[in-house]
Amino acid sequence: MSDHPHIPSARSRGMLACTRCGAVWSIEAEGEKCGRCGHTLHSRDTKSVQKVWAWWFAGVMAYIPANLEPMLKTRTLVMESEATIVEGAFELIHHGDIPVALIILIASVGIPVAKFAAIAYLAFSVTRQAKMSSHRRQHLYELVEYIGRWSMIDVFVVAILSALVQLNAAAQISPGPAALTFALSVIFTMLSAQSFDSRMIWDTDTAPTDPSKKEAPLERH
Amino acid sequence: MPHSQQSGYIVCPHCDALYVQHTPEFGERAVCTRCRTVLIAPRKNAFIRILALSVTNLILVIAALFLPFLQISRAGFHNETSVMDAVLAFSDGPLFVLSLAVGALIVLVPMMRMILTLYVLGPMVAGRAPARGAAKAFRLFEALKPWSMAEIFVLGCGVALVKVSALAQVHLGSAFWMMGVLVLVVLLQDNMMCRWSVWNALEKRS
Ligand SMILES: [Zn+2]
Ligand SMILES: [Zn+2]
Repeated sequence: MSDHPHIPSARSRGMLACTRCGAVWSIEAEGEKCGRCGHTLHSRDTKSVQKVWAWWFAGVMAYIPANLEPMLKTRTLVMESEATIVEGAFELIHHGDIPVALIILIASVGIPVAKFAAIAYLAFSVTRQAKMSSHRRQHLYELVEYIGRWSMIDVFVVAILSALVQLNAAAQISPGPAALTFALSVIFTMLSAQSFDSRMIWDTDTAPTDPSKKEAPLERH
Repeated sequence: MPHSQQSGYIVCPHCDALYVQHTPEFGERAVCTRCRTVLIAPRKNAFIRILALSVTNLILVIAALFLPFLQISRAGFHNETSVMDAVLAFSDGPLFVLSLAVGALIVLVPMMRMILTLYVLGPMVAGRAPARGAAKAFRLFEALKPWSMAEIFVLGCGVALVKVSALAQVHLGSAFWMMGVLVLVVLLQDNMMCRWSVWNALEKRS
């Protein structure tokens, strides 16, 4: 049940809005190009759940090797080591750098896994009955969209370290294959979240009905 | 276009809530009462300010590109790295695609977004009709937003600093501070940018 039953959706009033520029059209324009910006108009992107799942699987498939292969290869006078993401974090714990290790574990393991779970939950929730309210699901979606890009930080750190730590014999760092698979995983997950049509979260009205005269006023802040 | 635009309404892009449109005053915001998405947030002289910030931004990116942002020394060896070096870190070997991606995310996309704002808003600030393809350009500007990652890169410098400090001595270079300013400029600009106002202006002037 909607938390705000008094707010009509554009679809229930026989209208649809362009998701790119916001121009409002009659619902008959479904599938046509927006007259203002040229974007294809959809009242609901019905293919969106399929697209979400396709990118989601691609993201998971890239995330598995990203955790099994080395992210960084470090070579100093005394040692040579290859570390995966988790191994790198445990190395830091060994050195007593627990806060940084925790940040890395949360950023590269906790957040990606939580993102996969959240997107899967959202995609399921629009096709069957959801326990979580529309509000909380919308917040979850915004959180996933906002945080998703930040996972790229790992890849940038590897790039910076590899460029910076080139001290001939003293110390050298080079990127491992996981840098690529991890970057791909982040990009696929971003595409998965972007494919999701969040308007479906709010759909409790099933079919478009006749346009009515009743309108809700716009709140001012 | 066989269908006519339904004027006088505004629809929330996130939850499809339909409202009768009231244009807020400068500094006020129209917010979706259902999902809290900001629908309209006009700012006074926004276009010319955004343009000024875009020019600042472009200068900063180009300057920061080749100046060092981190310097490191250990056992008599010394090295420094610029943004360009970080982009090219993966350039040899099979990881070169990653170099392209990193270059796009931290340099090309942010620069392109700045150039697009100049193209879209420039003629309007000058009081002329929008340039050809301005609608397409603005659509691209919006679509590129999540792929502009300069601010994430700056935070990455901080993390790299901590990681390397065990291995060698590190110093921040001038480009680091430039990138820091750049992040603030981008935040300020995003805050100024009201997508509804831009589309409205594009429509009225063409
Ligand atoms: Zn449009
Ligand atoms: Zn809304």
